[in-house]
Amino acid sequence: MNRLRNAFLAPAWVVFTLLFFAPLAVIAAYSLATRGTYGGVSAPASLESWVRLADPLYLVILLRSFALAGVATFICLLLGFPLALFIARAGARRNLYLQLVIVPFWTSFLVRTYAWMFLLRETGLVNSALMALGLTREPLPLLYNNGAVILGLVYGYLPFMVLPLYATLERMDRALLEAAADLGARSWSALWRVVIPLSAPGIRAGSVLVFIPCLGAYLTPDLMGGGKTIMIGNLVQNQFTTARDWPFGSALSLALMVIVMVLLMALVRRGGEEGML
Amino acid sequence: MKRLLPLYAVAVYAFFYLPLATLAVFSFNASRFTLWEGFSWRWYAAAFADAQLIEATWNSLVIAVVATAVSTAIGTLCAYGLWKRGSAPLTGSLYLSLVTPEIVMGIALLAFFQWVFRFLGIQLGLHTVILAHVAFSIAYVVVVVLARLRTMDAALEEAALDLGATEWQAFRKVTLPMIGPGVAAAAMLAFTVSFDDYVITSMVAGVDSETLPMVIYAMARRGANPVVNSISTMIVVALGVMVLVSERLRET
Repeated sequence: MNRLRNAFLAPAWVVFTLLFFAPLAVIAAYSLATRGTYGGVSAPASLESWVRLADPLYLVILLRSFALAGVATFICLLLGFPLALFIARAGARRNLYLQLVIVPFWTSFLVRTYAWMFLLRETGLVNSALMALGLTREPLPLLYNNGAVILGLVYGYLPFMVLPLYATLERMDRALLEAAADLGARSWSALWRVVIPLSAPGIRAGSVLVFIPCLGAYLTPDLMGGGKTIMIGNLVQNQFTTARDWPFGSALSLALMVIVMVLLMALVRRGGEEGML
Repeated sequence: MKRLLPLYAVAVYAFFYLPLATLAVFSFNASRFTLWEGFSWRWYAAAFADAQLIEATWNSLVIAVVATAVSTAIGTLCAYGLWKRGSAPLTGSLYLSLVTPEIVMGIALLAFFQWVFRFLGIQLGLHTVILAHVAFSIAYVVVVVLARLRTMDAALEEAALDLGATEWQAFRKVTLPMIGPGVAAAAMLAFTVSFDDYVITSMVAGVDSETLPMVIYAMARRGANPVVNSISTMIVVALGVMVLVSERLRET
């Protein structure tokens, strides 16, 4: 039985080794090199790139990334929990409601980000409407700030919150709610004291699954932040293009990977990875 | 709470769909500006007359079709292998590839390709984009196909083996047909993520391999351009239908 199985797993191993682990190994090696004059890397080996991660100039960007990702995750929780609760209680229609969440999610991240740019830019629909109605004379600066980046992140990754929350809520034993009601709990109090504590695994999974892509986001801060709100992802990209400092870009990438892996392991340890997709 | 919950849900769904719906409506606006001046197909005509857009779309289709075919084949085999007996290192790698930030994957692949190609004398191009897309879409295929396999009764395959089928025959004649809809759903998902990718693609694309998302990105950055509205609407509709079909297939 095992020979066929091993043969079937082999191509995936080959792809992952050559196109995932080998590239990571290359940047791991690059992170220990000296920057080349025209991009690329050169000898000698040095730890300078890793030391520079602690430079206040870059720490600000790291902290901002954590803050923006954290706020976006919290807003996703506020928006996602009631929606997941609604879907879980929707009876026969729950699949339809769930699909309504999933379908736009898989439909072009780039276009969904652009849709907000279309709404929010200076000549965008919101400003045009506000000015046509005479509510404002000058276009409001709705785009290219932290708020716009958070909005883009929430819009992009909200389904990652809804799906695991739904999975937990849908499995929840109805008898517990009935017991709470029998014992005199009103619906709000049952929500606070029974439903929310019991959905802790879903909240945990959803939060990690939203936080991870938000922390490593590149496209959203690039387009919605317009180069003014830089996150780790933009800093990485910058090192490989304009700044031409591959070793530092590599060290940054690996640091980001380590954070992501720690978060993922913490989640898997607690058994929350189910319902991931 | 009973009354509040549906209202809240409607608001969140509006948040999901209104931006896209507005974009779609204004893609038919006769005016270049964001005030409605009447219905017109002109931005669709402009999109189809744009040689750069057509070429980029063609590139995206070629990349997505080839990457989907390869990743669906490899991913399906992998899912089957994992269904037979799990493999913690491989499952871990799959999850890791799903959560790796795209920009990290992109620059790592760029650094890797440039390092390898120094010895081989090859340039970045469509082939490097295809390789990158295969790498990131396999995990999606495995997740979808594995979910399908888990709904299947393993006894059917055992019966085939007892009746004298070889392992390969049991897979080919019994299991594969039964997971067919799951494989098709996975392929559609792989196609969608490949067709849509911007971040990784832009890092590993060569001068001759500009894709549709790359053109849209450049247009979006340059400023308001109604052609982006029409092309975006077409992408959303096309990919939306595909995802919907994929979701339906996963349910059957």
